[in-house]
Amino acid sequence: MSRLQIIRADKMQQTMDLLYQDLAHRNAAAPEGNCPVEQTAALVGICLSQSCGKCVPCRVGLDQMVKLMNKILDGQGSMQDLDVLERTAHAVMDSADCAIGADAARSVLTSLDGAKQDFLAHVTTGKCLCEFKPVPCRRACPAHVDIPGYIALVKDGRYADSIRLIRKDNPFPSACALICEHPCENRCRRSIVDDAINIRGIKRVAVDAAGHVPAPACNAPTGKKVAIVGGGPSGLTAAYFLQLMGHAVTVYEQREQLGGMLRYGIPRYRLPEKYLKEDIDVILSTGVQVQTGVSIGKEITLEQLRRDFDAVYLAIGAHSFQSLGIDGQDAKGILSAVELLRAMGDGNAPDFTGKDIVVVGGGNVAMDVTRTAKRLGAHTVKCVYRRRQVDMTAQVEEVEGAIAEGCDIVPLMAPVRVEKDADGNVAALIVQPQIPGEYVRGRPAPVNANRPEERIPCDLIIGAIGQVIDSADFAAEGVPTKRAAILADQFCKIEDMDGVFAGGDCASGPLTAIRAIEAGKTAAGNIDEYLGFHSELPPPPEIPKASHQARKAMGRINMVERTPSDRSDDFDIMEIGMTEEEAHQECSRCLRCDHYGYGGFRGSREERWTRW
Amino acid sequence: MVRLTIDGKAVSVQNGSTILQAARSAGIKIPTLCYLKDVNEIGACRVCVVEVEGNENLCSACNTQAEEGMVVYTNSPKVRSARRINVELILSNHNTNCTSCVRNGNCTLQSLCRDLNITDIPFEVSYRKKNWDVTLPLIRDTEKCVKCMRCISFCEKVQGLGVWDVVGTGPRVRVSFRNVKSFADTNCALCGQCITHCPVGALHERDDTVRVMDAIADPNQIVIAQVAPAVRSAWGVDAGLSQHEATVGRMVTALKGLGFDYVFDTDFAADLTIMEEGSELLERLTHKDEYRWPMFTSCCPGWVRFVKHEFPDFLPNLSSAKSPQQMFGAVAKTYFAKQLGVDPSRITCVSIMPCVAKKYEADVPQVSDAGAGADVDIVLTTREMARMLRSSGIFLDELGETMFDEPLGLGTGAGVIFGTTGGVMEAALRSAHYLVTGENPHPDAFSAVRGMEGWKERTVQVGDVSLKVAVASGLGNARKLLSAIKAGTVQYDFVEIMACPGGCAGGGGQPITDGVELAAERGEVLRKLDSSAMIRFSHENPFVQKLYEEYLEKPLSHRSHELLHTDQSKWDI
Repeated sequence: MSRLQIIRADKMQQTMDLLYQDLAHRNAAAPEGNCPVEQTAALVGICLSQSCGKCVPCRVGLDQMVKLMNKILDGQGSMQDLDVLERTAHAVMDSADCAIGADAARSVLTSLDGAKQDFLAHVTTGKCLCEFKPVPCRRACPAHVDIPGYIALVKDGRYADSIRLIRKDNPFPSACALICEHPCENRCRRSIVDDAINIRGIKRVAVDAAGHVPAPACNAPTGKKVAIVGGGPSGLTAAYFLQLMGHAVTVYEQREQLGGMLRYGIPRYRLPEKYLKEDIDVILSTGVQVQTGVSIGKEITLEQLRRDFDAVYLAIGAHSFQSLGIDGQDAKGILSAVELLRAMGDGNAPDFTGKDIVVVGGGNVAMDVTRTAKRLGAHTVKCVYRRRQVDMTAQVEEVEGAIAEGCDIVPLMAPVRVEKDADGNVAALIVQPQIPGEYVRGRPAPVNANRPEERIPCDLIIGAIGQVIDSADFAAEGVPTKRAAILADQFCKIEDMDGVFAGGDCASGPLTAIRAIEAGKTAAGNIDEYLGFHSELPPPPEIPKASHQARKAMGRINMVERTPSDRSDDFDIMEIGMTEEEAHQECSRCLRCDHYGYGGFRGSREERWTRW
Repeated sequence: MVRLTIDGKAVSVQNGSTILQAARSAGIKIPTLCYLKDVNEIGACRVCVVEVEGNENLCSACNTQAEEGMVVYTNSPKVRSARRINVELILSNHNTNCTSCVRNGNCTLQSLCRDLNITDIPFEVSYRKKNWDVTLPLIRDTEKCVKCMRCISFCEKVQGLGVWDVVGTGPRVRVSFRNVKSFADTNCALCGQCITHCPVGALHERDDTVRVMDAIADPNQIVIAQVAPAVRSAWGVDAGLSQHEATVGRMVTALKGLGFDYVFDTDFAADLTIMEEGSELLERLTHKDEYRWPMFTSCCPGWVRFVKHEFPDFLPNLSSAKSPQQMFGAVAKTYFAKQLGVDPSRITCVSIMPCVAKKYEADVPQVSDAGAGADVDIVLTTREMARMLRSSGIFLDELGETMFDEPLGLGTGAGVIFGTTGGVMEAALRSAHYLVTGENPHPDAFSAVRGMEGWKERTVQVGDVSLKVAVASGLGNARKLLSAIKAGTVQYDFVEIMACPGGCAGGGGQPITDGVELAAERGEVLRKLDSSAMIRFSHENPFVQKLYEEYLEKPLSHRSHELLHTDQSKWDI
């Protein structure tokens, strides 16, 4: 009789593992707009299938909760059922013997809280409030670019048409082809089969292959004038669409060049000048007037703009920075990320040769600064972050790229003070080691570890811990703000300021380029309506009809970068585009949700801008 | 052209054709259910799935493009199995009480099951129980709904209303009102096009046949029928007669056989409408500044509901003349009752209409003026009439011909074309010409307003007056036309609108032949009746003339106004 055995996965268990993998794939492609009650019931059903059946709350409680939710879904539920559901969920959460039951009940409570309206609608009207969103990528893209459409065009080799189609919703195809965070890929239905389509990669193919694609002709002049404050992605997006609609647009930009954070925030190795220039040139080719080097609120008042123009769009971005807020921050050799990247944008690159540099922060800006410092000749670059590396808000590729280029990530270290030398120069950053604690707002909050402070010697400290909106001049003229953010509603309107709109980073706080573009497009549509028009934009090109779906699992083509040793000391473009062969295969993976599934019935394509 | 192979047959079709079109052109039948040409090509039911060589998944023939070199199998083992299971799955969600279904014998799902030799359902059958106010003219039976989405698409894309929508997601998806809780809150015109485009019995009109048979059975009641023009173009389909056999005279005989005491013709009232509406047009033209322009016809209650719901600003533009149905009712319960020497309450006035909205119109309290309850008591659709005939045991094909009764049974060719798009306009212009010039035009002088275009505009000469007229059918077209008038991009003097595409011939109360639009063909039947009519001018209808002499005096007289005109803005909706 053997005493012990090695566990080998049997076929049944392997199959179970595969099914869980299927579930993970499905989660990755969870469609938007499904009924939360249905989803909660299904989730608890899965939890129930994992129950051992020993303890009452899990075995019976989960089952009863599923039954109650199904009753509600069938339009037979009462307010009393809702009450029983909630009390049961509390009891199960509080008393189940292990997490299998308790956490399922917590999910029910989360749902009852967050989706209360829908539960109530089911009970009181027998109807669900939800509406299935047919094309996940278009829904997820803040600008709602017709992604299946342009993928089909790229597949057919109609690159210029694909650019025209993208520009219908987003005038920054080139910039987005390189730096967009591609939220469109997050719920790509292809993830059910294998992985999301590499949408940004396909867009880059379109941009590179299409060359220069001129802007369409503008509508006849309407005689209306619109001022746009800020020449970043949001302001220029609004400018482009409003000018196409026939309005006369003037953009006021306080810096010497247009582009906003695309120029003054994003390093050139990620977004080379020629790509940015292409987008800006096309936008300006529509006849948009530009005044650079002018600060609204200083040289020209907002009041003046309101007098001279029929509408004003404030898109001033978030170009100030947060200081480190620690002792010794007055030392020489302390710099903000914003200052460094702004200098880079204007071509005034500092020389970091031989320097030891510490970057403080964990977001994408911290990574941009880290990798820029490396390229500027730094001897060492250490990125110091309070939390764990996995908690960094920077994209994983950015973090990995920085490490590959020889930068160090120093996680779980909180800056305490700056140590100065006799001349007042930075000598070191003193940090307190941290340990990840309980979750607060979805991330473990770091707390001081029971370990002594550490000293990180350095010549320069760059703070990348957040940008701030410089809205004081506008607030002084009566623009409502909250913690420096301009208060605009979801239509980009400012309450009690007729004809003044605001959007982008200055209203939302620092977000991504595509979110700024979303605001610019929203503002353009709503300013046009405000001016009394329902302007049409040039019709999009015709989209090739979908052929059969290739549903066999096939590898996603990922983007490749120049090798770290090759790229880490220059500012040339880092990313290598797809080959034609790769692009064609990647396009063929697209499931054409605009044609198959609900898209074939609802909402695959529209002539005019509509709410998605 | 694209060349492909379907079931071993070489087929060549236009670029952009679907596999379904390609197969049909080669005489290969692929069964469909949710498919509605150009309106609902959404691949929902998965009944039309076919196998395409080199493709692991089956694809829906209705919305997959035929491609060069494609090799398609429409009846392979894989196709047969999937198609069969899919139909069985549909049945598992469907109340298959076919024997007592209004669409028994004319149901696409039923014939599909027969064609696929489905004799058993391997699944548990369950469906959402129906919950509908059965007093409404339009009934939705969720127990029958197969979620083909045709009603949603037709209402939205063709009629431009969007009454219906998908509600919920996943297994509990159903079709219900868009964004509102109850029927009363919708913008439904009651055109009934969702009924005629439903493949099953999920949508139908309120059945009022029992009320009619009860009235006939009541010895105290004098039950009179009026038959709308478009009914005669289609009634045979559901009654089991060929177009050749389904003559007007046989229809009258059959209705008499059912027990109606008098069978009259709505064409008579159409002629009367022309007298009132034509005179009103001339009155408006002579006092141009006192009226809102253009003047709109008002005989279609679906259109009136549409204006009330969506363009109330245009209510003053509607002609105040009642529809032929309501003029008939008002005359029947006054003039005719007097002629018979009976109290009007003893008359039950039944109208047979190609229409669902007419059920609403007859029930509008403000429209009845004869002082004896409703002027029109009961409205039956063409389909209901056919169902009554089928249940009567009359051998329809052996019936002889009978003329409509007098005096309210004589209609002119101008009256009969009321049932097709452009017909009201043409009839009005014929008589307007006479009223202006004192001379009849050639009866076909205004043929330019004929044709099935959804929105046509013409300039016509009526004596010295040049009139800019427009004709639209289908509410989607009506919306475009009204929006253009509102925007000032078009200007007209007189506009005819009918809510159903092609006019009443394609009405929501007409017999259903799934997948075929018959408005044009049926309109032709009416055109032929007009061209062969003895009298082709409403003002020459001798009984209309007599009615004016004996009772109404003249068009737009005080009594005419009391009985034959209405203020649609006051109507309950």
